[in-house]
Amino acid sequence: MTKNQIPLWEVFIRPRNGLAHKHCGSVHAADEVMALQAARDVYTRRGEGTSIWVVPSAAITASDPENKDENFEPALTKVYRHPTFYEIPDEVGHM
Amino acid sequence: MYSQGLIGAKTETTEDEAFLAAFQARIDAEEKIEPNDPMPEGYRRTLIRQIGQHAHSEIVGMLPEGNWITRAPSLRRKAALLAKVQDEGGHGLYLYSAAETLGVSREEMTEELLSGKAKYSSIFNYPTLTWADIGAIGWLVDGAAIMNQIPLCRCSYGPYARAMIRVCKEESFHQRQGYEIMMTLARGTPEQKEMAQDALNRWWWPSLMMFGPHDADSQHGDQSMKWKIKRFTNDELRQKFVDATVPQGEFIGLTFPDPDLKWNEEKGGYDFGAIDWDEFWRVVKGHGPMNRERIAARQKAWDDGAWVREAALAHAEKRKARRAAAKMAAE
Repeated sequence: MTKNQIPLWEVFIRPRNGLAHKHCGSVHAADEVMALQAARDVYTRRGEGTSIWVVPSAAITASDPENKDENFEPALTKVYRHPTFYEIPDEVGHM
Repeated sequence: MYSQGLIGAKTETTEDEAFLAAFQARIDAEEKIEPNDPMPEGYRRTLIRQIGQHAHSEIVGMLPEGNWITRAPSLRRKAALLAKVQDEGGHGLYLYSAAETLGVSREEMTEELLSGKAKYSSIFNYPTLTWADIGAIGWLVDGAAIMNQIPLCRCSYGPYARAMIRVCKEESFHQRQGYEIMMTLARGTPEQKEMAQDALNRWWWPSLMMFGPHDADSQHGDQSMKWKIKRFTNDELRQKFVDATVPQGEFIGLTFPDPDLKWNEEKGGYDFGAIDWDEFWRVVKGHGPMNRERIAARQKAWDDGAWVREAALAHAEKRKARRAAAKMAAE
């Protein structure tokens, strides 16, 4: 039974125009047509969206959680990237 | 459904102390564990077991209710029941997906359900004899499921917690439509009221069994609580369910089939009679009224669907090959 597994697809839904598609789960389907159909049935039974993307799960490249520190820690130490790092006199007003 | 999900789970794990302590520190800090994070094998195995059995419960749970779709008493009831059964199928799919993030395949889980290696909630091994049973299932069985599932929204494993949030949002309609059916029957003719009472009589005790064995007899509860897979013990959840449900039944003039059921002012909850654990274990081990029929129905659905799965895959292959050929011809 392990042969011929039905491929996995990741499902992204746009809740309404103006918002980005957001990952909401996955479905198994033989092809993209059936994947869209399954995603509609499984993830939009109560008006959750106006548009669906399905992407083969195998097509996603993910960062390794083991490298979380070296990947993302440097951002935390660069406080000068944030506006609050810079002191502007109150008299100048909102900037 | 869902504390029973731990039945058969093996929580032992073999990692070294430092690894387990670091993992526990993340859990204690209420950090969510995500699919590729390091985790003890026991944690992974326990979750695969629990989420898989939870998913199976949703899928098998479609059967007793599906039994009444064609005989629902009105179009309104039929539309609601169809929507509910479709939701249960959806819940099963969210949960299978969550389990798959732990490295088990959908096919393996299906195989375990059909072979009897994996369990599903004992409640679905009882028959739905009358229309009132559909009311009782929505009110009691979904009510008990909600009690169990709300704390699971805060489970330490991210994908399970996220699936539970979706499920809980949808489950409330299930319980309300069931209670409305019971209320309508209880306020109807004497025969209708009797039907509602009969359904309550048959479903009450099996609903209490859904929370699983008493804490003192529950083998895996402690480790699951420590890993924050569970947030409340079986007995705590069962007590909450009794306290919430008894006034609802009394409001519509039904009585509970338990002579020992009475309000205990001191503890601020109801006392209730002893659960027949022999019956519970008999049903869990495969000898309930409907165990064989439920698995036979799943097996038939799986076998009858084989050609559809094969044809869909063959069609996808053919289209892929045609696209590749067309691309080559164009180049």
